[in-house]
Amino acid sequence: MNIINIEHIAKIYQVGSEEVHALRDVSLDIHKGEYVAIMGPSGSGKSTLMNILGCLDTPTHGIYNFKSVNVSQMNDNELANIRNKEIGFVFQTFNLLPRSDALHNVELPLIYAGIPSHERKDKAREALEHVGLSDRIHHRPNELSGGQRQRVAIARALVTSPAIILADEPTGNLDTKTGEDIMALFNEIYGLGNTIILVTHEEYIAEHAERIIRIRDGMIENDENVSNRYIPQKNGSSKL
Amino acid sequence: MNTFLFELKEGLLISLRAIRANKVRSALTIFGIVIGITAVVLMSTAIKGIDNAFQKGVSSLGSDNLYIDKWEWFNNDTPWWELRNRKNLNLEDFEKYKELAQLPLAAAPTVWSNQTVKHKDHNVESIIIQGTNEEYINTTNLSFDEGRFFNELESSGGRQVAVLGFEVAKNLFPNGNAINQDVKIKGHKFKVVGVLSEQGSWVMGNFNPDKQVFTPIQNVFKYFHSEWFRSVTINIRARNSQMVEATKEEAIGIMRRVRGLKYNEANDFSINQQEGLLNTINETVGVIQIAGLFITGLSLFVGAVGIMNIMFVSVKERTKEIGIRKAIGAKRRTILGQFITESAIICLFGGIVGLIMAVILSMVVNQFLPTSVQVDSVVLAIVISIATGVISGFAPAYTAAKLDPVEALRYE
Ligand SMILES: Nc1ncnc2c1ncn2[C@@H]1O[C@H](COP(=O)(O)OP(=O)(O)O)[C@@H](O)[C@H]1O
Ligand SMILES: [Mg+2]
Repeated sequence: MNIINIEHIAKIYQVGSEEVHALRDVSLDIHKGEYVAIMGPSGSGKSTLMNILGCLDTPTHGIYNFKSVNVSQMNDNELANIRNKEIGFVFQTFNLLPRSDALHNVELPLIYAGIPSHERKDKAREALEHVGLSDRIHHRPNELSGGQRQRVAIARALVTSPAIILADEPTGNLDTKTGEDIMALFNEIYGLGNTIILVTHEEYIAEHAERIIRIRDGMIENDENVSNRYIPQKNGSSKL
Repeated sequence: MNTFLFELKEGLLISLRAIRANKVRSALTIFGIVIGITAVVLMSTAIKGIDNAFQKGVSSLGSDNLYIDKWEWFNNDTPWWELRNRKNLNLEDFEKYKELAQLPLAAAPTVWSNQTVKHKDHNVESIIIQGTNEEYINTTNLSFDEGRFFNELESSGGRQVAVLGFEVAKNLFPNGNAINQDVKIKGHKFKVVGVLSEQGSWVMGNFNPDKQVFTPIQNVFKYFHSEWFRSVTINIRARNSQMVEATKEEAIGIMRRVRGLKYNEANDFSINQQEGLLNTINETVGVIQIAGLFITGLSLFVGAVGIMNIMFVSVKERTKEIGIRKAIGAKRRTILGQFITESAIICLFGGIVGLIMAVILSMVVNQFLPTSVQVDSVVLAIVISIATGVISGFAPAYTAAKLDPVEALRYE
């Protein structure tokens, strides 16, 4: 099934009197269960594309059909609703609430979804257990390592069972070893049938995906399936 | 409805978390509102206290009483010198009035003198000595702790007897037993025949009966000043409140005859009433109220501006947090609600602290103004503090609500 369909998307930023074309005429389709890497050098428009795909932002031109619904002209509230129910974000800088413990961070999207307290606490606990943090649920972000923080963020992205998981440079702030663990976790999540879009500027990270879309200067340069995908080693920290 | 309650509850919990996470700032924010609410509660309490005291003082005059006097007590229009040039009223005027008047329940002349009253080594200064006759007691609501008022015989015979006000008696006879004892006024002995019970109307100052001594009117003229020195006031009590107007009309008619006024001459006397005092007092209390309201409003306004300021800073500092919340699905109204709730809760805390401060301070005020914090002041304080929080939190909350999620997430 086609989850994402964008056609002739453009994003233009007005900086003073100058127009910055962050995206020009991008079209693509992403199906359910795909593991896609968006690959390109810094400033090529990856994050801009991800923000549009994640309904954080709307395109200047073009059409975005999400699950066959045109979302390109939706208002703030409708977009917030889609983000809440259909999209799980994982950011380079984790973006956890610094003063809340892991449980509350993971529970937050369920609060906005209107799930009653005990039910969402159960779900949040379950999600934290899945990423291997059941012994850290009452730790705050500053009491956790970088890898653990990213796991909390992944748990938060998974807890609503979203249609897609969007990860923007999820290993960018981690050392190679920890990054590898996180990539192993994504691989497991993918193995369970989730749709993952991974944004990266590093070739070896992109090679974890089964399809790589290369963009440069706001345009798709190349879009092809990976012939021999790199499958990371599971090293026991996750219980998935 | 259910989603509304859910959002309210979750909003409250999220706000409480945020307040706990920013304890110092929240405490600083509270400070302004504490002062505002303390001012509101103290002011409303004090105003009520003043008003009560005034009303009590006035009612001790009696609402059915009229006072024929040379002076107009609550004068607005007659020039002062015109009043001064009026002929004094004297005992003869009173006798004639008494003879002609049909309507009053009782009428008595009074004339006063300011003296020191002594008993052995105790003495009290600045006491109003009221010279009057035996009828005086029937023009008042006074009651006795001990003894009685002087009688007709004592009055017409000008006997040296005295009735003491509560405070006078308490000071001169700390151990009680004043009856049949002597007090000395300006070297003359007076036998105490009665002690009044406490009136407690402090606003009347020295005209409070607690601080007065009553004696037959001749004594005042004989010992303290000549009959021509001070004008006599005729105290009249109407039979009931419906009769007050008629009694007043009759008094005007009689007095014009007694004073020999021609039809085209203006009254050379005034008929005074409690009502006049009431108007003056209401005006005074009104002015105090407006001043109080203004000061209170100002301090609340300063508090509100402080909160708005700090909430703006808070929104700015928490831009990233707002971005995160929006990214994972918080709607505009959810963010708006969160910050308004936060501001309202902070103000409510401030209001409660202010209330406690006000209760403590009002105990101090209580020493000289009998008053206490009432339930309506408490409700008022809580309502005002929540309202202040909502109003001053709105603009910052709105700024937060309409932040662009992408921009907000990028904020460091
Ligand atoms: N809010 C913005 N205002 C102006 N220019 C922007 C904004 N966001 C991104 N850009 C520009 O758009 C281009 C693409 O940015 P981005 O999508 O962040 O690239 P990437 O994530 O691939 O590094 C860059 O040239 C960047 O400077
Ligand atoms: Mg980027």
